[in-house]
Amino acid sequence: MAPQQSSQTSTSRVPLWRQPTFRAILFQVLLVLGILAFGYYLLSNTLDNMERRGITTGFGFLSNEAGFGILKSLIDYDETHTYGRTFLVGLLNTLLVAGLGIVFATFIGFFMGVARLSKNWLVARLATVYIETFRNIPLLLQIMFWYFAVLRPLPRPRQSLNLGDAVFLNNRGLFVPQPVAEQGFWLVVTTLAVAVALVVFIARWAHRRQDATGQQFPIVSVGIALIVGLPLVVFWLSGSPMHLEYPALKGFNFRGGMEVIPELAALVLALSIYTGAFIAEAVRSGILSVTHGQTEAAYALGLKPRVTLKLVIIPQAMRVIIPQLTSQYLNLTKNSSLATAIGYPDLVNVFAGTTLNQTGQAVEVIAMTMGVYLAISLVISMFMNWYNKRKMLVER
Amino acid sequence: MNSRLVIGASVAAALSLSTTAHAGKTLEAVKAKGYVQCGVSTGLPGFSAADEKGQFTGLDVDVCRAVAAAIFGDAGKVKYSPLTAKERFTALQSGEVDMLSRNTTWTYTRDTSLGLNFTGVNYYDGQGFLVTKDLGVKSALEMDGASFCIQAGTTTELNLADYFRANKMQYTPITFDTSDQTIKAFEAGRCDALTSDQSQLYALRIKLKDPNSAMVLPEVISKEPLGPVVRQGDDEWLNIVKWSLFAMVNAEELGVTSENVDEMKAKSTDPNVRRLLGIEGVKGEWMGLPDEWGYSIVKHVGNYGEAFDRNVGKGSPLGISRGLNALWSKGGIQYAPPIR
Repeated sequence: MAPQQSSQTSTSRVPLWRQPTFRAILFQVLLVLGILAFGYYLLSNTLDNMERRGITTGFGFLSNEAGFGILKSLIDYDETHTYGRTFLVGLLNTLLVAGLGIVFATFIGFFMGVARLSKNWLVARLATVYIETFRNIPLLLQIMFWYFAVLRPLPRPRQSLNLGDAVFLNNRGLFVPQPVAEQGFWLVVTTLAVAVALVVFIARWAHRRQDATGQQFPIVSVGIALIVGLPLVVFWLSGSPMHLEYPALKGFNFRGGMEVIPELAALVLALSIYTGAFIAEAVRSGILSVTHGQTEAAYALGLKPRVTLKLVIIPQAMRVIIPQLTSQYLNLTKNSSLATAIGYPDLVNVFAGTTLNQTGQAVEVIAMTMGVYLAISLVISMFMNWYNKRKMLVER
Repeated sequence: MNSRLVIGASVAAALSLSTTAHAGKTLEAVKAKGYVQCGVSTGLPGFSAADEKGQFTGLDVDVCRAVAAAIFGDAGKVKYSPLTAKERFTALQSGEVDMLSRNTTWTYTRDTSLGLNFTGVNYYDGQGFLVTKDLGVKSALEMDGASFCIQAGTTTELNLADYFRANKMQYTPITFDTSDQTIKAFEAGRCDALTSDQSQLYALRIKLKDPNSAMVLPEVISKEPLGPVVRQGDDEWLNIVKWSLFAMVNAEELGVTSENVDEMKAKSTDPNVRRLLGIEGVKGEWMGLPDEWGYSIVKHVGNYGEAFDRNVGKGSPLGISRGLNALWSKGGIQYAPPIR
C-alpha cells in the first residue's frame, strides 16, 4: 500500500526559514557583511586614533620633495625628486635583484638537481654537500657572508684591480665600459627584432617539416647565428654607431661606465645559491617522479641518456617541478627585502626605511610596500600557472 | 551550521566592543606599571649604550633616569628599548615607549607632522665628517665625488644632500640601519667618509681598531639640537619631561651637585635653591609629582654638568668640550627657565 502523503506535498509552501538554500545564502551574506564591517571598523579606528594623536594621514606625501640621495638607481633620480619617485627607484631595484636572482637560481638549481642524480659518485656527493649546506644556513647569514667575503678582499679605488684600461674591480664595485648609442643605432635594434621574428618562423617551419618527413633541422645553431650575426653585420655596415664610455678614476671614485655595486653582487649571489639549493631538490623530486619504465623504454629505442633526459624525462618531470618552482620564485622575491641588512637600496630599504622615517607615515608606506610584494607575487603565480597548464599531461 | 553560528556570534561580539582605543594618560600608566619605558639608541657611546653587564649609561639615558627619579624617587625604575633610527618614531607614536631619548634632532617636520612634541634640548650639536688621515683631505669642500656612509632615516641624509647641492658637488650615499654598521663599513673602506652628528663621530671613532687613524673635519654643516621627545596630546607628561631636564640645568647654575644636595637641602638659605629642592614656594603636585622631585633628580642623577662630564666630557673616553653646551653664563647656550 502506498504511504499516505503528508501535508508536505510539493505544492504546499515550506516556510522560508526552513529552506536549506535560503539559510545557506543568508548566513553567507551575514558573514560577508560581518567581515566588511569588521574591516571598516579597523580602518576607521586607525584613522581616528591617528587624527587624535596629530599624525598626518593620506597619500599627499608622495608628491613632496625627497631630499635624500640613493646609492644606485636604474632611472634618473636626485634629491629634488619626489617620494613617489623613490618608490619607483626602490621598486625597480627590487625587480632587478629578483629577476637576476630567479634566472641564476634556476640555472644553478637545475644543474645541481640533475647532478645529484648522476651516476658519477663524486659529482653526486658534491651536489649533495652543496644542497645540504646552503639549505640549512639562514639566508641573512649567507647574505652577510657574501657581502663581507666579497667586500673585504677587494682593494680601495686607488689600487683597483684592472683589466687594461677598461674593466676595474675595487671595493666600490665592478666598473665596465658602457655602450652609448649614437645616431643610427635604431637600425641595429630593428634588425635584431627582425632576426628574432625570422627565427620563430623558421622554428615553426622546421617542426612542421619534422612532423611530416622526420628530417631534423639544426634550429638552435641557425637561430643563434641569425640573432647574433644579422645585427652585427648591419652594425658594421652602418659604420658602428656606438662608442664605449670608459670608467676613469676622478678624485675619490670612478666616473663613467657601468657599475655593479658590491651590494647587488652579494645579494644576487646569496639569493641564487640559497634558492638554487631548494630548486635542486624540486628538480630531483620531479625527475624521480617519472616512472623508470619511461627511461628503460627510451634506452630500448636506442636514445642516448642525454637525449632521454632532454626529450623524455624533463618534459614529464616539469609537471611536478613547476608548482614547487613557483613557491621558490616567490620566496626569492620576498627574501630580497633582506637587502636592508647590507645597504642595497631596494624597495624596503628606500621606501619602507628612509621615506617612512622622514615622513613618519608608517601605515600608508607599509601598506603600499605590502601591496607591491603581493602584486609581484601574484604576477609570478599567474605566469607559472599558465605555463603549468600548458605543460600538464592531458588524460585521455 | 554550528561553525557558521560560532563565526557569526564572534563577529557580533567583536563589533559590540566598539569603543575606540584611547590614548591614555601617560603619567597614570607609568605610575601603574611602576617604571618608565625609555626609547634609546642601539648603542652610541656617551649617549645611550649598554655595557658588558647590560646596564645602560649615557647622557640620553640620564634624562630618562631623571624622569624616573622625579616620579618615583628612584632613578633605577626605567626599562630601555633600543631603537634604530627607522623605528624610533613609530615606537613612540604607537605607545610602545613612554618617551624617546635618543639623540633626536628637533626639526619642524618632526615637531608638527608626526604627532610628537620635543621637550627641550639636552645637547646642541652639528653635523660633521669623519675621514681617515691618509685620505689627505683637510676640508669637506675637497670631497667632490666621494662616497659617504650614513645611517638611514636621519637628518644626516638630508643635510648631506643639501650641503653638496649648495656647493655644486657630487656624492654617493651608502645607507645602513645602525651606526655600528656605518663604522664597520667605513673601516672596511666601503666609503671615503662617515657623516653624522659630531658627538656621534667622536663616539664612533672609539670603536675603530685604531682611533687615531681617523680625524673629524672642521666643517659643521648643520644645526642639530638633540632632545627628548614625547607624544602630543598629553601636556602633563610633556611638563614632567621638560622640567626634569630644566631642573638639571638649573641645579648646575645654582651650584647644587649630587654630592652637596643633602647639605644644601638642610642648610641653604638661597630661595632659588630651596625652590629647586622643593622645600618652599612651588608645589610638585602641579605636575602630579611629589614636592621633592627636584631633589630626587639631583641626588640620584646629578646636575647637567655632572651628567655631561661623566658621559661625554672630560671624565669619559670621548672628551668633548662643553662648547655650545656650557651654561649661558659661561659662554654656551644651555639656558633653563627659572623654577619659581
